Amino acid sequence: MAVVAVLVLHGLLALAAGLSGRRLGRRVLLLVACGPLAAVVLLVAHALGLLGSGALATSVSWVPSIGLQFDLVLDGFGILFWWLIAGIGLLVMVYATRYFAPRDDLGLFASMLVLFAGAMLLLTSTDNVLVLFVAWELTSITSYLLIGFDDHRAEARASALQALLVTGAGGLALLGGLLLVAGSAGTTSLTGILVVAPTDPAAQAGFALVVLGAATKSAQVPVHFWLPGAMSAPTPVSAYLHSATMVKAGIYVLARFAPAIGPVVGWWAPVVVGLGGVTMLLGGWRALRATDLKELLAYGTVSQLGFIVLLVGHGDPELVHAGATLLLAHALFKATLFLAVGVIDHQAGTRDLRRLTGIARRMPTTALALLVAAASMAGVIPLFGFIAKEAALESTLHVGFGGPAMTAVVVVGSVLTAAYALRLVWGSLATKGPDEVDDDVVEPREVARPAPGFEGPAVVLTILTVAFGVWVAPADALVVGATTALVGPEAADIHLRLWHGFGLPLLLSSVALVGGWVVWRWPGSVRRVAVVTARVPDMEDVYRGSLRGLLAWADRITAVVQPGSLPLYGAVVLSTVLLLPGVAVLRNLALPEGLVVAESGLQVAITAIVVGAAIGAARVRRRLSAVLLLGAVGYGMAVLFVVQGAPDLALTQLLVETLSLAMFVLVLRRLPERFESTPWRFGRPLRVVVSLGTGIFVAVFTLVAAAANRQGTAAADFLERSLPEGGGRNVVNVILTDFRALDTLGEITVLVVAAIGIALMVRTPVEPDERGEVGP
Amino acid sequence: MILVLACTIGALYTIGAWLLMQRSLTRIVIGLAILGHGANLLLLTAGGRAGGVPIAGADPATTSDPLPQALALTAIVITFGVSGFLLAMAYRSWRQRRDDTVEDDLEDRRLAAAVRRLDQDRARRETREAAHGEIADQHEVGVGPGGDG
Repeated sequence: MAVVAVLVLHGLLALAAGLSGRRLGRRVLLLVACGPLAAVVLLVAHALGLLGSGALATSVSWVPSIGLQFDLVLDGFGILFWWLIAGIGLLVMVYATRYFAPRDDLGLFASMLVLFAGAMLLLTSTDNVLVLFVAWELTSITSYLLIGFDDHRAEARASALQALLVTGAGGLALLGGLLLVAGSAGTTSLTGILVVAPTDPAAQAGFALVVLGAATKSAQVPVHFWLPGAMSAPTPVSAYLHSATMVKAGIYVLARFAPAIGPVVGWWAPVVVGLGGVTMLLGGWRALRATDLKELLAYGTVSQLGFIVLLVGHGDPELVHAGATLLLAHALFKATLFLAVGVIDHQAGTRDLRRLTGIARRMPTTALALLVAAASMAGVIPLFGFIAKEAALESTLHVGFGGPAMTAVVVVGSVLTAAYALRLVWGSLATKGPDEVDDDVVEPREVARPAPGFEGPAVVLTILTVAFGVWVAPADALVVGATTALVGPEAADIHLRLWHGFGLPLLLSSVALVGGWVVWRWPGSVRRVAVVTARVPDMEDVYRGSLRGLLAWADRITAVVQPGSLPLYGAVVLSTVLLLPGVAVLRNLALPEGLVVAESGLQVAITAIVVGAAIGAARVRRRLSAVLLLGAVGYGMAVLFVVQGAPDLALTQLLVETLSLAMFVLVLRRLPERFESTPWRFGRPLRVVVSLGTGIFVAVFTLVAAAANRQGTAAADFLERSLPEGGGRNVVNVILTDFRALDTLGEITVLVVAAIGIALMVRTPVEPDERGEVGP
Repeated sequence: MILVLACTIGALYTIGAWLLMQRSLTRIVIGLAILGHGANLLLLTAGGRAGGVPIAGADPATTSDPLPQALALTAIVITFGVSGFLLAMAYRSWRQRRDDTVEDDLEDRRLAAAVRRLDQDRARRETREAAHGEIADQHEVGVGPGGDG
């Protein structure tokens, strides 16, 4: 139940932060930090063995009929993720109290942040794929709101929308995929699906959709472009969501599926590993050309995410082990880098590396943290990033088929990583010559020294990066727990080591570092390749183009189907009535039995008067005449009702007709005497055809409907039950007030609504319209 | 079933539909009222042939069907409410614009005009580009942000 309590706490904190944000000011961020803090306490208690064995598993029934069980199982892989989510979340929330100037909407920010943390914890601890999807979407939505937090900036809004559209589309793909897979496996339990490991065509299509959804979330090529755009978010958000946690949700799903699905579905490993490899190279390449430090980090993240996908996507235990290690290492060093760059941005007012110089001397603590983290990213011994890279190279070298290609990609990717790590360190910290910076450079003495609390979180993460490198046991325990949860107990023997001895992995690591230095030192080669790649269309342009195209297409369709002419709309509605039910009537043409021309001369006479008056009402040009003729139609109808044996109807008709007439006369008093002859906007013949067609259709329908009635009527039943059950002799009245009283209630409601509308329209003062005219 | 009544219903529907497709709100209201009369008659004739007044205990064979009468009664009242509502609209339209005609929706027409303009622009641009095609081919791809994909 402890897991549930932590999740519920996140929800409550989100609510509390939203409500009390104004009163608490920046302290609201410390309030929401209690959520991750509780999760950390739980994790520590578990690590120390203080909790019972069942403490991390819970099942709550939600909607059992569709297999929606709130199954929470926190296994080793989940614990690794929980450490990242809660640990980095805690630090980021503390960091954010210094990052933000006091502002009114911090409560909302804190609320979204803790809601995201809760959603992410749920995502990584549920065993039900439907709950997983709900949590997945919750992270997309909170990510959208957090990217667009500075909603007065158009760029932030556009980036937020872009991220939402891309990850939202991916979410739909994931939902479709999970449903297909769950349908094939016959269970919505994640572990259940992995045990069954279905391979029928529907399941295969489902897996493809899952890969697609995971790729959008984890910013894989070609849907990676939303992540650099998401850098419009405040830096704490970038550090937390867009490097350490949310973007790893896709990896989480892929890593869960890969060990069970990779061996049985032939295309899985090549596709997923290929996806990761291409992403690793492309992201590293783009990072080399960024001038905005956060953009550089974003492309670096894309690259590293590709690296992790490449490792975990295969499903081989050793590779998965390396992937889990890199997952941890990347979260540590990349969050540090974001936090450090955030400090620089905050103090210097820019994060453009062409405007920064001499930062290292102004903030040595942050500079040191950034340097160590970048070194870990590049794979410098003895940092934790080095261990992860060694483990990766060691495992790719052991893979049989495709191993050499994977190793090559990892080495080239590492060269790029080392190069952009150098570019990052140089760009953010170095004291540069006058030809290396722009004219509007920020002078180092203008940069204020950061407060100690602001630099603290990055320092904590840096210490971990160093500590895990030297003292590997705690990290090893986490990673081994995660790997055994994914691939089974046979992975328990794979352990992390700092020193693998002089072998091929060490050689390749060194090659990557030297190569990175060469690439960074001689940027001319980069520029030459860039000229070639500039011809390839950018995916972001494709996204923008398709979005524009969609909107233009919508405009075009609207222009056609919504011309704004009421008569035309009427014609369309009537034509639909004519065409659809009309065809059905034509297919069942039949004349009713006992068809007579008329029952009495009176009937003929009255109907002739009614129709004649109606024609007159339609033709006359004087308004009053038209209304009087309409009255004639109504009174004629009343007489017809008497002839048909319906005195109640006749009575009502008389009353209503008189009222209507009074109403019409009241209004027409004001209107001009004659109808204006307005020009025909669309063909008169069309109106003739549509109205005549409607009339003929209804007449035929009347006959066909009567012929179709073989059951007789309910009259006898009503006549019999009226007195004993309704207590009245007038059967029509009893039906209205008793048998079908709800109809009458609805009728009265319609009248009340109409009366309110009439009163408002008549009594509200008239405002001048666009032409500036006001009537009496 | 009585042929005369079926024809009357058809005639009322024809006239009502015709008036519905007019621009004057007053005429539309009149059309709706006439359409309503047709509908009421349709409901009533669905009950079969005319007969005696439906009073409890009467012989079902000779009385008219009470259920369609109840439905038609409801319909009469609702038609009355709708007519009143539309008349109030016509009245307000008159007060505001000295006019009770329903004009085309301005926003819709603006959108259609914008789409037309866009098409014309594109056609013009394409003609221009076709004329300068050779120059565009020689244009070099520069080094700038946003290269690959």
